[in-house]
Amino acid sequence: MAKVREVCRHVRSKNAGPFWVTFDLFFDGPESFKKYAMSPALGPQLFESLYGADPQLVKRLPVASLNVVKISYARPRPQGWMGERDMHQGQSFARLLNVDIG
Amino acid sequence: MNTDKKAVGPTKILVPAGALGSGMLLEHVRHGVKLGAHAIACDAGSTDSGPFYLACGVSKHARESVKRDLQVMMCAASEAQLPILIGSCATAGTDAGVDWTCDIVIEVARELAIAPKIALLYSEQSAELLKQRNDQGRIRPLPPSGTLSNGVIDSCEHIVALMGPEPYIRALEQGADIVLGGRTTDTAVLAAVPLMRGASAAASWHAAKVAECGGLCSVNPRTAGVIFTVDQEGFDIEPLNRDNRCSPESVSAHMLYEASDPIIMTEPGGVLDVGTARYVQINERATRVTGSRWTPQPYTMKLEGAGKGLYQTIMLIGIEDPEVLAHLDEFEQGMIKALHARIRQTFGESAGDYDLSLRIYGWNGVSGRPMLAGATPPHEVGVMLVVTAPTQSLANRIAKACNATFFHTPLRPGIEMPSYAFPFTPAEIERGPLYEFRLNHVVETAGGFELVRTRWVDTAQR
Repeated sequence: MAKVREVCRHVRSKNAGPFWVTFDLFFDGPESFKKYAMSPALGPQLFESLYGADPQLVKRLPVASLNVVKISYARPRPQGWMGERDMHQGQSFARLLNVDIG
Repeated sequence: MNTDKKAVGPTKILVPAGALGSGMLLEHVRHGVKLGAHAIACDAGSTDSGPFYLACGVSKHARESVKRDLQVMMCAASEAQLPILIGSCATAGTDAGVDWTCDIVIEVARELAIAPKIALLYSEQSAELLKQRNDQGRIRPLPPSGTLSNGVIDSCEHIVALMGPEPYIRALEQGADIVLGGRTTDTAVLAAVPLMRGASAAASWHAAKVAECGGLCSVNPRTAGVIFTVDQEGFDIEPLNRDNRCSPESVSAHMLYEASDPIIMTEPGGVLDVGTARYVQINERATRVTGSRWTPQPYTMKLEGAGKGLYQTIMLIGIEDPEVLAHLDEFEQGMIKALHARIRQTFGESAGDYDLSLRIYGWNGVSGRPMLAGATPPHEVGVMLVVTAPTQSLANRIAKACNATFFHTPLRPGIEMPSYAFPFTPAEIERGPLYEFRLNHVVETAGGFELVRTRWVDTAQR
C-alpha cells in the first residue's frame, strides 16, 4: 500500500471558479503516474466521503506529459456560502495526503 | 498602431502582472518594452476572492495599489507610445469598477502630464434585459447549476457578462490609447492585440491562457510579469525578470491552474483545445508552444451575478485549559447544545431561521471534519462562533444573548465556571451581509458587441 504523499512530489487544491474545486496530483515520475493515476481509490467515492461531493460531478483527467492527474468536483454549495471554511479550498489537499491509493 | 490584419509579423504582448494592483516593477516593464512589445495588457479581475466584490461593485485591491501599478504601466507605455488594455476593472468588472479605475487613470495622466484617449467598455447587464433573454430561452446553465429563474436574476445586486476581445479591438482601431474594460475573460484582454494583428487564433488564445496570471507560468512564480510573442504557427513566452525563465514544464503545468479542464477551454466565440500542443525550450529563458487548436463557435457570454441575503455576527475565544483541550469533541457538542438552549430560552419562536456554527481553529476549524480517535490535543485553540440570521439586528442580538454561555460553559456540568479568553470588547463582531454567487450561466448573443457599451474619455479636452 502507498499513501498519496509517498508517490507524489506535490499535491495542491484550488477553486476553479465559484462552483468547482480542482486537485492536481503531481506524481514523482512516470512509473507512479502509470500505477496510481487511475487508481479506484482516487475515485468519486473518496471525494464524496472527504468533501461531500456528488459522485456524479467528480471528473478525473490524467495528463501524462506532466505525470499529473487532475480531479475536480462541483462544490455542494458555492464559494462563500454560510458554512464556508476555506474560500479557495486551498487547504483541502491536506486531507488527501494520507489516503492509501493501492 | 498598425491595424492591418494580414502579415504584420509577430505580435509581442507585455503582461506586467497577473492582476492590476498586485505589484509590478518599472524596470521589468521597461525591459519588456525594449524587447519590442506592441501593447501592455493586464487583467484586473477575478471571482477568487469571493462574491462580495461583485455584489458591492468594489475593488479587492486598495486604490493606492492600483494607482501604483497604473503609474508603472502608463509611464512605460507613454514613453514608447504603446496602447494599454485592462480587463475586468476593479476585480468584479462592474460599471462602477470601470469608472473607479478611469478616475485613477485620469489622475495618473495628469501627474505624468500626458493626455491619453481612453475607451471605457461596460458589460454590466440589467435584470430586465436578462429576464427577456431568459424568457427567450437564450440563457443556458453551466454544470452543476440548473435552469435559471427570473427570481434569481432579480435577487442579484450586480450582473456582469464576460466580454471577448472584439470590443477591445474596435476601441484600439478607433484610436484608444488606453482601454479599460468591465468584466472580460482573463484571456480575451491579452489575446485582443495578437488577434487584431492577424496572428493565429489558437496561438493567441493559448498564449493568453498561459500568461493570464503573469509570472505564475514561470519557474519562479513569485516574479510578476511575462512577455509573449505570437505568430502564425505558435507563440513563445518568457519572464520579464532576467533571472527567471519559462520552461516547457512550467508553461504546460500552468494550464492546470484553477481550471477544472486543462485541455479544453471555452471562450466567448470559440473553443481552445491544447491537447495536441507541443512545448519546447528555445533558449535559456523562453519556451515555444505550437499545435493547439481553435474552433469558432456561436457566440456566448458567461454571466456572473452576486446577491446578498442573510447576515452574520461572530465572536472569538481562545482556550488553554488542558482539560478542555483533551476533550475537544465533547466540549464542542456540549457548547453547541448549551448555545441552542440559551437561544431558545431567550428568543422562543422569534429566533426564527437562524444558524449557528463553531469553528475550532487548532483542531478541525478548517476541515470541519471529526478528528481521528486518539489525536494529540493541541496546546491551545481558537474558537469562532458564527451566527447567521435573516437580519443583522437579529444576528447581533443572538450573539449578545450567547455571550455568557459562549464564554463560560464548562466542559461538564459540576465543573467550576470557567472564563475562556476573549480578545475584544464589545465581544460580538458584526460581519455584515453574507454574499453569494448566484449565476453560473451563459447568454447567447449575436456577437461580441451586443451586450457591450463603449464610452470615450478624451483627457486632452479635460
